[in-house]
Amino acid sequence: MAVKTATGAPAPLPGGSAPAKNGFRAWLNKRLPVDEFISSQVTGYYAPKNFNIWYFFGSLAGVVLVLQLVTGIFLTMFYKPGEATSFDSVEFIMREVDYGWLIRYLHSTGASAFFIVVYLHMFRAFLYGSYKAPRELLWLVGMAVYLALMAEAFMGYVLPWGNMSFWGAQVIVNLFGTIPGIGPGLVEWIRGDYGIADATLNRFFSLHVAALPLALLLLVLLHLVALRQTGSNNPDGIEIKDKLGADGKPLDGIPFHPYYTVKDVVGIGVFFVLFAIVVFFVPTLGGLFLESPNFDPANPMSTPEHIAPVWYFTPYYAILRAVPDQRLGALLMLLAVVSFLFVPWLDRSPVRSMRYRGWMSRTALTLFAIAFVALGYLGLQPAEGLYVLLARIFAVIYFAFFWLMPVYTKLDPVKPVPERVVYHAH
Amino acid sequence: MADHAVVADDEVDLSRRKFLTRATIATGAVGAVFAAVPFIESWSPSERARAQGAPTELDLSKLEVGQMSTTVWRRSPIYVVHRSPDMVARVAGHDGDLKDPGSKDSVQPDYAKNALRSRTPDFLVLIGTCTHLGCLPKQRFDKGELYPSWPGGFFCPCHGSRFDLAGRVFDGSPASINLRVPPYSYPNPSTLVIGVDEKGAA
Repeated sequence: MAVKTATGAPAPLPGGSAPAKNGFRAWLNKRLPVDEFISSQVTGYYAPKNFNIWYFFGSLAGVVLVLQLVTGIFLTMFYKPGEATSFDSVEFIMREVDYGWLIRYLHSTGASAFFIVVYLHMFRAFLYGSYKAPRELLWLVGMAVYLALMAEAFMGYVLPWGNMSFWGAQVIVNLFGTIPGIGPGLVEWIRGDYGIADATLNRFFSLHVAALPLALLLLVLLHLVALRQTGSNNPDGIEIKDKLGADGKPLDGIPFHPYYTVKDVVGIGVFFVLFAIVVFFVPTLGGLFLESPNFDPANPMSTPEHIAPVWYFTPYYAILRAVPDQRLGALLMLLAVVSFLFVPWLDRSPVRSMRYRGWMSRTALTLFAIAFVALGYLGLQPAEGLYVLLARIFAVIYFAFFWLMPVYTKLDPVKPVPERVVYHAH
Repeated sequence: MADHAVVADDEVDLSRRKFLTRATIATGAVGAVFAAVPFIESWSPSERARAQGAPTELDLSKLEVGQMSTTVWRRSPIYVVHRSPDMVARVAGHDGDLKDPGSKDSVQPDYAKNALRSRTPDFLVLIGTCTHLGCLPKQRFDKGELYPSWPGGFFCPCHGSRFDLAGRVFDGSPASINLRVPPYSYPNPSTLVIGVDEKGAA
């Protein structure tokens, strides 16, 4: 995979051919700009040559999205939404549909995998300042993808109509009841009944299989358009567009195809090895990916002993429970999610990448990562004693990371940033 | 097209054009809002859901002293507790540990806005969903069952909210208000109807 472009001159494209003047390709291109699209967006899109493993997770998120769409379409063929039919149809898929178990486990494991790659993708942005100008909108659209993904995952978790589905829906929908004034009416409107019911399940099904996937696809497309406009950031956090060669191409850039398509294929291969291990050997991952109370049908008259959402929501859930007041708890939970939106404007550092930032930014990001994981763990534990105290401490660290950012990024002793990207040919 | 129909650039009344453009957009926006109403309204509880939310009856003669019966009204569990004189006595004496001892911020009909939060001292009627996030509080009626000073009441297993034998929430619970009391009445001394009172059906 050696890319000999240390001098910056782009290597000739293997397999690249001149546009055909006649024949089918010419006929096609006259009617649909296929070649133009490929040459401007794929083979002619220059990405920084110094990407490291952190840059796998964007394309992996795209792969998981396709996996979820395909497995989801097949699950929809066998699943029957409804209070009386949902749980049984999921068991039908698991026991009686040929390879139904595999399709469902691919989908349920895919949900967790989606969040793993998205969280790593977001951490990459923090590591290299990828949200900083001119990529604020790229970040905001990405956050919109994340919000849509959270809604999609929550509603998907309700569909099997297990007891944790039911009570998870109860807890989350009731969060809207804490809004002053309109809360109770809003909750009734969302449920379409006086409790979580058939009506709730059916509208969640519609949103999960139609509305939100469409929104997600649209937002992902916008994310890519915004990325093409600004170009990718890189581990050094410097603009490759500032140093162009004689041919007008970035000296530190290489064409996305074939160089990064080949690199991403390797990442996808490694990803699917790990993914398959989970799907075939530990599909519930000890209750982390699929919780055991969800193997009981929904029962409005019996709360599970201990309600916890799936792991990807637990950092926020821990914050919710750390506050001894429901309205304030819900508000802080919301703020914990919304804080991400302000990062491009909270970060006042003159440099993007952690490589050239000082100890303050580095310490802050390390503490934040620890707090996020710790809150994720605490959200899975019962809300009592030491757990609540720890959740409060980590919640303070969590919010301090965001809201003290204007201060510590300004005081942070930064190092000089190099003119060109740091790159060692392998 | 005839020449006289073409307006030269300098003769275009731009302010008039701007006004017309804005008026068209505004009219369209109002139309879009009206068009959205049926779709938004479709999410409200259906006629069937409302019919199934009709009042529920419970035969009180079968409920022993000190016992709790759970029935369903509007998809919510309704807790009916037949309080013994001892249980009634244990409602008093800890007002200082409560968030809302006088039920000022809590949800209950006027006839239940009293110290025992009920029409009669012996029967306590509550909506059995935690006012925090809707889990089902479990009965912990015995004195000292949770900790030595525990006067008896309800404990929510989800997030640890605690309520006394009148459904009033203790300090240190995530729930902010007392357990809700539904509208209810006694058509005769041994029958309880949930969802109906002097004001009519809820």
